[in-house]
Amino acid sequence: MQLKHGFKIALNGLQANKSRTALTILGIVIGITAIILVMSLGEGARELILSEVRGMGAETIVIRPGREPKGPTDIAETVFSDSLTSRDVDALRLKSNVPGLVDVAPGVIVTGSVSYLGETYKPFILGWSAEFMVDFLDLYPEDGEIFYESDIRQKSSVAIIGSKVKEELFGDSDAVGQNITIKDRKFRIVGAYPPRGQLAFFNVDDLVLIPYTTAQSYLLGIDHYHEIITRAASPDLVDQTVRDIELTLRESHNITDPEKDDFFIVTQQGLVDQIKIITQTFTAFLALVVAISLVVGGIGIMNIMLVSVTERTREIGLRKAIGATNRDILTQFLLESVLLTSAGGVIGIAIGLGLSLGISVVLSQFLGINWEFSIPIAGIVLGLGVSGLVGLIFGLYPARHAARKDPIEALRYE
Amino acid sequence: MALIEVKDLRKTYVNDGVETPALRGVSFSIGKGEFVSIMGPSGSGKSTLLHILGFLDRQTSGVYKFNQKTIDGYSSDELAKLRNEKMGFVFQMFNLLPRTTVLDNVLLPLVYSGLEENQWEQKAAKAVEQVGLAHRMNHESSQLSGGEKQRVAIARALVNDAEVIFADEPTGNLDSKSGEVIMDTLQNLNKMGHTIVLITHETYTAEHSQRIIRLKDGLMESDTPVKNRRIANGHFTK
Repeated sequence: MQLKHGFKIALNGLQANKSRTALTILGIVIGITAIILVMSLGEGARELILSEVRGMGAETIVIRPGREPKGPTDIAETVFSDSLTSRDVDALRLKSNVPGLVDVAPGVIVTGSVSYLGETYKPFILGWSAEFMVDFLDLYPEDGEIFYESDIRQKSSVAIIGSKVKEELFGDSDAVGQNITIKDRKFRIVGAYPPRGQLAFFNVDDLVLIPYTTAQSYLLGIDHYHEIITRAASPDLVDQTVRDIELTLRESHNITDPEKDDFFIVTQQGLVDQIKIITQTFTAFLALVVAISLVVGGIGIMNIMLVSVTERTREIGLRKAIGATNRDILTQFLLESVLLTSAGGVIGIAIGLGLSLGISVVLSQFLGINWEFSIPIAGIVLGLGVSGLVGLIFGLYPARHAARKDPIEALRYE
Repeated sequence: MALIEVKDLRKTYVNDGVETPALRGVSFSIGKGEFVSIMGPSGSGKSTLLHILGFLDRQTSGVYKFNQKTIDGYSSDELAKLRNEKMGFVFQMFNLLPRTTVLDNVLLPLVYSGLEENQWEQKAAKAVEQVGLAHRMNHESSQLSGGEKQRVAIARALVNDAEVIFADEPTGNLDSKSGEVIMDTLQNLNKMGHTIVLITHETYTAEHSQRIIRLKDGLMESDTPVKNRRIANGHFTK
C-alpha cells in the first residue's frame, strides 16, 4: 500500500467521528499550547532581561565585595562585606596594575528617605561620581549641573535628583538651589535629571545622586564601598582586564588562593551567561511539566485508538481478507494516531502563538513594558515533532493490536 | 483443469487442550468456471472449509492445491497478496465501509494491489457496472438497500479479476426478492466465466449452482450435480 493512500484512509477514519476526534486531541492541544506559550513568553522575558543587562555596556566591569553569591547567606555576606576600600581604588587606578582600565568609579547605596518642607519620599539614594554617570550612562541634568571631583574630595553636601523625586517633593516648582534633607543632613540640589526610566540596574527617575565620600562619612559611617564600577577601554579588553583586576585586588588583599577571594566581578557577558542558564533551567522545568501533560494526553489518544480499533474490528477483518497485510493495518492506525496528534499540535501551536501575541500586546501597549513578541521557531519545530511522536508512541500499541487481529475472528465480530 | 483440489483435508481446533475436529478428511476438486455450492447445517465445517480455501486459515493436515500449488510455506504477507490477487469474498454481513461511496468501497482491494492508482477508478467503475449499480456509483453505502449493498460487495470481489469468488451465505441477510437478485448476479458472473464457490445452508439457494457438496460433522456426505438447476429471475437489468 502506498503511503499516500494510507493517509487518505486514516483521514477518512478520523472524519468519521469528528466530535470524538476533537475531544481526543484536546489534551495534546493543551500540551502543545503550553509548549509554545512557555517558549514564546520565555524568550520574550529573556530578551527583556538581556536588553536591560546590555544597557550596562559591554566594556563595563563591576566589582562587588564578598564572595560571589551562590545562595541567600552569600548575598547577606556581600551586603555586609567591607573588603573594597579606597586603597583598592587607588591600586586599580595605577596603569601599571590594570592597563586596560579607563574609569574606576566606587559607589555606595544608602537606604533612607529624603524630605523637603514636610514632603517625604523614599528614593533610590546612590553615592557615586556624577561625572561617571555622564560617561557611563550619558546621563546629564536638564536643569542645573553635575557635581565634580572636587565635591567628592571635599565631601560636599550636594545632590542631583531624578524627575520622579522632583515631582514628589517639589511638584512644578524649581528644585535646583533648594535644600533637601537626608538622614538629618541638608543637601543642596545642584541638578535635576530628565526622565529616563530604567537604565541598566536602576531607575533614573527615582534616583538621588550624592558624592560617595559624603555618603560614606556623613550618612553611613563606613569607609568601604558597596560596588566599584570600572570600564575597560574596549569590549575586547574585558577578559584581560578582569584578570588584571583580580590579580591587583588579590595582591592588595593578600589573597593567594582564588577560592578565598573576598570580591567578585560581574561583566555584561557574565550576566548574560548567567541569565541564559537561569532561563534554560526554568524552561527545562516547564518542559518537564508539559511533558507530563503530553503523556496524559497520549494515554487519552491510546485509549480512544483502542476503542476505535475494537469498533472497527470487522473493517480490519475485511481489509485483511481482501489483501491488507499486517503492516498495512499497522500503518493505517499509526497514521491515524499520528495525524490526530499532529493536528492537535498544529492547533496548539496556533493557539499558543495567538495567546502569546495577545499577552505581548497587553504587556507592551497597555503596561508599557518594552516587550517584543517572538515566534519561537524552535518551539514550533519541537511542538510539531513532539505531537507527532506522541501519536507514534501511543498509537503503536493500538495499531499493533489491530494488525494482529485474526481476520476470521475479526470478520465474525459483532 | 482443477482450480481447487483438496485431499483428505483436516482441521482440528485446540482450545485449552481440548481438541475439536472441524474437518475430518474432505476431498474434492473444483474446476475453473464452475459454480459450486458447499452445503451443510451449522457445525458441519463449511465455514472452516471456506476459510481454508480462501487462504484465511490453514489446514491441520491434508493437501490443498490452488492452481496446482500448495501454500504450505507461504508467509501471512504472501497469503494476503494471494487473497488480494486471486480471490474475492462476499460475506453475509456485506462488510462495506460506512460513510464511503460505492466506488470507493469497490476499489478497496486495488488499494492493496500493485496496480497503478490511475487505473483504480476505471476498474472499479467497470465492476460496479457489472453488478448493475452504475447509477449508484457515488452514493454512500449507508444509502443503499440490503440487496444493493450485497451487489456492491460482489463488485468488490470482482474488481481485482479474482480467479474465484467465495460467497459465504450471501443471501442470508436478505429478503427473498433481494436474494433472488443476488443469485441472478452470481449466475450471470458465472456465465461470464467466473468460478464461484457458494456457502449456504439453504437447499433452495444451493440449487442455483451447478453442483452441491454436502458436509456433515466435518465429513463429506455427498457431491452431486444439480439436476434441475434453478435460474434466478428478477434480473437486475430488467
